[in-house]
Amino acid sequence: MSTVRVLVGTKKGAFILTADAKRDRWEVIGPHFAGWELYHLKGSPADPDRIYASQSSGWFGQIIQRSSDGGKTWDVPGGEKMPEPYDPPAGGSNKFVYDVSPETGRPLTTHQWYDGTPHPWEFKRVWHLEPSLTDPDTVYAGVEDAALFRTTDGGKSWQELPGLRGHGTGSSWQPGAGGMCLHTILLDPGNPDRIFIAISAAGVFRSDDGGKTWKPVNRGLNSQFMPDPTAEIGHCVHRIAMHPARPDVLYMQKHWDVMRTNNAGESWEEISGNLPTDFGFAIDVHAHEPDTVHVVPIKSDSEHFPPDGMLRVFRSRTGGNDWEPLTKGLPQRDCYVNVLRDAMAVDSLEPCGVYFGTTGGQVYGSADAGDNWAPIVRDLPAVLSVEVQTLK
Amino acid sequence: MIRVVLPPHLKKLAHVDGEVTLHVEGPVTLGSLLDTLEAAYPMLHGTVRYHVTLKRRAFVRFFACGEDLSHQAPETPLPDAIATGAEPFRVVGAIAGG
Repeated sequence: MSTVRVLVGTKKGAFILTADAKRDRWEVIGPHFAGWELYHLKGSPADPDRIYASQSSGWFGQIIQRSSDGGKTWDVPGGEKMPEPYDPPAGGSNKFVYDVSPETGRPLTTHQWYDGTPHPWEFKRVWHLEPSLTDPDTVYAGVEDAALFRTTDGGKSWQELPGLRGHGTGSSWQPGAGGMCLHTILLDPGNPDRIFIAISAAGVFRSDDGGKTWKPVNRGLNSQFMPDPTAEIGHCVHRIAMHPARPDVLYMQKHWDVMRTNNAGESWEEISGNLPTDFGFAIDVHAHEPDTVHVVPIKSDSEHFPPDGMLRVFRSRTGGNDWEPLTKGLPQRDCYVNVLRDAMAVDSLEPCGVYFGTTGGQVYGSADAGDNWAPIVRDLPAVLSVEVQTLK
Repeated sequence: MIRVVLPPHLKKLAHVDGEVTLHVEGPVTLGSLLDTLEAAYPMLHGTVRYHVTLKRRAFVRFFACGEDLSHQAPETPLPDAIATGAEPFRVVGAIAGG
């Protein structure tokens, strides 16, 4: 029988929730890495027992953790063996250094600060880890200040893909309220050379050569906080999502506006339709229905909670514009939590399961594509990310 | 042997209980102690000092024999009591926030 493993990153540790295919009884294991911020955990599609985690702290910086047994035990790649007596350092599993070498890198120069003044590039943390679809030892990492890194040795060492930060528009990128983060990485399952990434606040970028070169793909986006609201660069994209069977169609939750592209980002159209507010963070696509999309509308950019204190997931079965509220099992009064950009995911069972975590520490799950919801856990630390593994 | 007390988060990361003991080759300075610590425990790279610059992380402090050595240069010799192991060298997370 299939099982589902939900990987939850929180402000104070990681939790792993498991259930069988009925998804009605859950085992909760954790906290792993108690006291640290876990921005993201994700399993390898090529080896589901291989899981990577981004562990960070304002005090002690960035750590990458890796499990090879489905999250039971963890090690820092390259640092797991105690040297005897004192071998040279094993490597740089937690070392994310921008490539400024004349041979392969780009000068760091500056990006824009909130007020438009130049600001030097500074590494803060890893926001998102995206394991390769085919190789358990290859993982992409999206970091703050925005850049894309890759490991090909299971996380022991990381190298920047400098063509993104240095492709020409980096000096006009600007941080969103959460920092200047590269938060989304989408790998095209049909084309190993195609990668999409998204940055707050720069926009969406696409590579068609495996990450060597990049182009911005933001035509059709409109952001009123920019001097030129339709400029190619500067949009605060909160999240993009893809259905693997239709990788040219992307859905986007922008700072304001829910958007869709049918041509791999060459042009975008708004699909906010009848949503009560088109601000939000999370967006994801049904595992079996490429036109079924879920979002969690949030009141505004200053009021980061659901409108009217009612926690509602909205679902479109038409690829956008027509949205229905999903409320059964979700609090419909006095609810003022947020759902962050990486905190929604789906399983691939039938019917499709949908999961999301809140800043109030709840993780909600639905085993019927959102028709009915129930809390899996209610009292975790603030949830930063939710990923799901469907295990056969 | 030199004794080093790590903050709880770093002890857990390094898989150690209690104090860390180190043998430092050559003069015992702030820099050579930290070099040896990172060589012995590679997972601590970047957690006490920044990568590349090797400067102390902003929210980390160094105490020894009742003195704050956080702002000393790397080549600063450590007190004899640290070099002989009579007193531990303390790596402390600054008390700010939670």
